[in-house]
Amino acid sequence: MNFIRNSVVPVGTVLLVILVLWYAFAVILNAPFERDQAARAGTTISTSQLITNTMKQERPVLPAPHQVAEEIRKTVFDISPTSKRSLVYHGWVTLSSTLLGFALGTLLGILLAIAIVHSRTLDKSLMPWIITSQTVPILAIAPMIIVVLNAVNITGLLPKAMISTYLSFFPVAVGMVKGLRSPEIMHLDLMRTYNASKAQVFWKLRWPASMPYLFTSMKIAVAISLVGAIVGELPTGAVAGIGARLLAGSYYGQTVQIWAALIAAALMAAVLVSLIGLIANLVNRRMGVRT
Amino acid sequence: MTVVALRPKAKTMADAAPKNVIDVNELSLVFQTNDGPVNALSNINLAVGGGEFVSFIGPSGCGKTTLLRVIADLEQPTSGSISVNGMTPSEARQKRAYGYVFQAAALYPWRTIAGNISLPLEVMGIPKAERKDRIARNLELVNLSGFEKKFPWQLSGGMQQRASIARALSFDPHLLLMDEPFGALDEIVRDHLNEELLKLWAKTQKTVVFVTHSIPEAVFLSTKIVVMSPRPGRIHEIIDCDLGPERTLDIRETPKFLEIAHRVREGLRHGHSYDAAHL
Repeated sequence: MNFIRNSVVPVGTVLLVILVLWYAFAVILNAPFERDQAARAGTTISTSQLITNTMKQERPVLPAPHQVAEEIRKTVFDISPTSKRSLVYHGWVTLSSTLLGFALGTLLGILLAIAIVHSRTLDKSLMPWIITSQTVPILAIAPMIIVVLNAVNITGLLPKAMISTYLSFFPVAVGMVKGLRSPEIMHLDLMRTYNASKAQVFWKLRWPASMPYLFTSMKIAVAISLVGAIVGELPTGAVAGIGARLLAGSYYGQTVQIWAALIAAALMAAVLVSLIGLIANLVNRRMGVRT
Repeated sequence: MTVVALRPKAKTMADAAPKNVIDVNELSLVFQTNDGPVNALSNINLAVGGGEFVSFIGPSGCGKTTLLRVIADLEQPTSGSISVNGMTPSEARQKRAYGYVFQAAALYPWRTIAGNISLPLEVMGIPKAERKDRIARNLELVNLSGFEKKFPWQLSGGMQQRASIARALSFDPHLLLMDEPFGALDEIVRDHLNEELLKLWAKTQKTVVFVTHSIPEAVFLSTKIVVMSPRPGRIHEIIDCDLGPERTLDIRETPKFLEIAHRVREGLRHGHSYDAAHL
């Protein structure tokens, strides 16, 4: 009952508003084309006819929600997942590079944070570069990464994943620096009275204390990993993946296909973020977090 | 006399005075702050014998906590010497010579009560079977048996502080350093824990150094009361508190108790007026 009141009702209400607005804009944006068609044929078109027509165009400016839903249904369920026309196939290509990039980025972020927390020199020297790295436009650097890695014979999944890594290590590094520094002075003093080694302080105090920070930054990291993977597919002439699907759609004016790919990407991100939230809850329960 | 004049290293001092658990000689500590140097401790001389219960009492800023932290090697003195168990504080800390109880319980929130008491034992590499044994024994000592699997937030403040005492005792140090351990608790819980602490002290024969700002607490618990005063932090007076080993809360109504409490209060007032003259 609580779940319905706290989750289903608010989320459902927003969804409903979005759908209504979406239909309204679909009609408004697609109407000029219908009027042109009618004018060219020398006929007039009734309002009801106009509205119906705007929702079943082949290449609408803005496809109606049910057209997108139908496209997703068709490309997910009707077409075999091994086919290049299957959204599942393209989704999997993007997902695999997202997950690889995210895993590498999380690992890199954690390692950087550990180094920064334990060394003043690295804190002073690395941190500015880490921040600078994120000011470089990813769209510009993505093809460079792929070209450079190709030159040293690294091809396939890894170059694309590197772009996700490049984006996702940042929130993890920043979050974990904060998390590993979060223990109270008293908790640190306590370890000192035990004459604990640096490794013991890390594993028994800093690491567990940083868990909430880790999961929060991982949620951000996984979402931008997906963006990174899609961006990585755009300028590189990739033949598969959500990005390739978006690109192909825009070449041939297949707006329905573009929107289907967009929605699929958004759903994928939502599922990934929820999954991390789920893991965070499990870990929290084990660590006795008050609920 | 010569020993003091030579400012001997810890080792020779241990030979000269093997009975003392803590020996402090002309110790000073100056903190460098943005507003200039602060004399946290000035010319401290103090000896704590084995099995004693010594309280540091004084207003805030008198350096009582700082002195305790120097003994624990959590702060470094600027000059003078100090020995703990005949060693430097740093050596004593490395030998895990003392257990420290903080103002707050400072339990790790992600560990259960048993897990928290296990923490020092894990750090010190004590095998699992013995850890289990010691956890049970020390929880019983502070009357917390049955709370092993609870997380800290599920316990009251007084119970949390008892758990933190059990944690400090778990590796069986001979010296217990306590920094206002009951300062954050209400009077009733505090009385109760004072009684329990006395029993614990009688049972375990440990040397206790106890920081407080409560006069009744200091008189009730101590064999020796060190009255301190601020700016610069120094020892104003050391008062013997020979109320005998058998003490119950009723002792606080006896003339002797009141007389010692009065002397402590006078000492504090005197130390304070000195401070007021400086202002």
